[in-house]
Amino acid sequence: MLIGKPDAIKSSEITPESVYKQRRLFMQGAAVALVSLSTGSASALTQYEFEDGWPTYPGPEWKRPLLAAAQLNKQFSTSEPVAPYPSVITHNNFYEFGLGKEDPSRLSQSFVSDPWSIEVEGEAAKTGRYNLEDLLKESELEERIYRLRCVEAWSMVIPWIGLPLATLLKRFEPNSRANFVEFVTLEDPEQMPGQRSAFGSLDWPYVEGLRIDEAMNPLAFMATGVYGQSLPPQNGAPFRLVVPWKYGFKSIKSIVKIRFLEEMPAVTWNRSAPREYGFYANVNPAVDHPRWSQATERRLPSSLFSPNIIDTLPFNGYAEEVASLYAGMDLTAWF
Amino acid sequence: MVLSNKAQKRLTWWAFFIGAMCPLLLLVLSTVVGKLGADPAKEIVLELGLWAAVMLWLSLAASTLRRRVSFSWLMRYRRMLGLYAFCYAVLHFLAFATFIVGWRIDLLVQELVKRPYIVVGALAIIMLVPLVLTSTKGMQRRLGRRWVSLHKLVYVVALLVLLHIVWMVRASYFDAVVFGGLLLLMYGDRLRFEYLKYKSKKV
Repeated sequence: MLIGKPDAIKSSEITPESVYKQRRLFMQGAAVALVSLSTGSASALTQYEFEDGWPTYPGPEWKRPLLAAAQLNKQFSTSEPVAPYPSVITHNNFYEFGLGKEDPSRLSQSFVSDPWSIEVEGEAAKTGRYNLEDLLKESELEERIYRLRCVEAWSMVIPWIGLPLATLLKRFEPNSRANFVEFVTLEDPEQMPGQRSAFGSLDWPYVEGLRIDEAMNPLAFMATGVYGQSLPPQNGAPFRLVVPWKYGFKSIKSIVKIRFLEEMPAVTWNRSAPREYGFYANVNPAVDHPRWSQATERRLPSSLFSPNIIDTLPFNGYAEEVASLYAGMDLTAWF
Repeated sequence: MVLSNKAQKRLTWWAFFIGAMCPLLLLVLSTVVGKLGADPAKEIVLELGLWAAVMLWLSLAASTLRRRVSFSWLMRYRRMLGLYAFCYAVLHFLAFATFIVGWRIDLLVQELVKRPYIVVGALAIIMLVPLVLTSTKGMQRRLGRRWVSLHKLVYVVALLVLLHIVWMVRASYFDAVVFGGLLLLMYGDRLRFEYLKYKSKKV
């Protein structure tokens, strides 16, 4: 169903009305969730309204109906207020596009994320090259509102759209030797200015990984949308990991390769500074980063004179769902 | 229009005074109009720290430039630059304590003793205090030669600041390379100068 649109908007900027209505709005750029029709644990996709002037990301044609059909998964969603849309699309760590928080949103807008293919390798029956479109078309997408806690001690609440990681990985039929799964970001210095930097200390491409039982945990999520629309480039278009109980750098963006491995993969930050970034990187207020405390976090947006500084929770508040994965492990040693 | 020498001096003084304050004014302005993004706390702390270091490096550059290219003009503003470095550094610390730690004293104390880069940063600010207190012309006169020795402390302060910068490196060496490179040049020049002075005395 389409509702009348203002004529002034170019067709290229129009986002399906079923997803949200773009309209002038509200205090401080806050997006307001208009939840409708809740039944049981799932309810219709949250609808968002944006302030004028902010770019929107409807995504490729084939993806729009998939996004629109997504339902909010209440069981895995927090009811905390979501971060304002402008914060979500301009406050990004995506070093492939620069080190400043606003670099990714400035420098990634012409990034090509469709068509997109993903290489699946290693200990699985169905390895090979897959088109993202094909992978997503046979999936049912859902919305999940997760807390994201950055290792730099800030956090946001973000409404993702995607599918459980386990649902995706099982399609490739990993075998019994697949103890770990590794993810690799696109390496393309032409499109990614951060990969051309002469002073960088990180090796490209960016690599992350999970233990297979972590990857199969129902909380682990693969996102292809955010805020009711397609994933913007700065947020990791077209396809990114979201592991909300781990520091944000684990949630690798713009994935082009998935490898099932017997041994623990060497992941980017851990290789760069092993004392500071562990493989597990579970959110843990009791284990400081060597250079700053992890006991608290700034929940963004945080205003200056009443800073929203809150205590950080073990596993970012998801202990109930994931603490059992680490039973018997010394989390100070395996940080 | 021809300005008298005195008026001209006064004008440059004000230009310098306001110029060095501009980064602060711009920062306040960006904060007020909400241009600092989703995490203004971090931006403010980083920006104030950057300008503290820039002012300190400029104050060091004053004597290097005088020796090297008899460019003595900056020398007149060395005190002002040093005082600005101190102001920016104190604001940098206050912003950190207010916006990042929220004045939770337990956390603040913990940060001040546990993090090497914060320890050296704090030490640098503390070491600037005696220099600030003795920065007046009166003190300079009263202390005489000892003033010169005391103010050599600034070389240690700059090294601590460089360490502070190097220990903050995460994904880019840019700041460390730029500030370190400039310091190396200035210290190298200073050492060479001292060496030549020493040699000419011996002869």
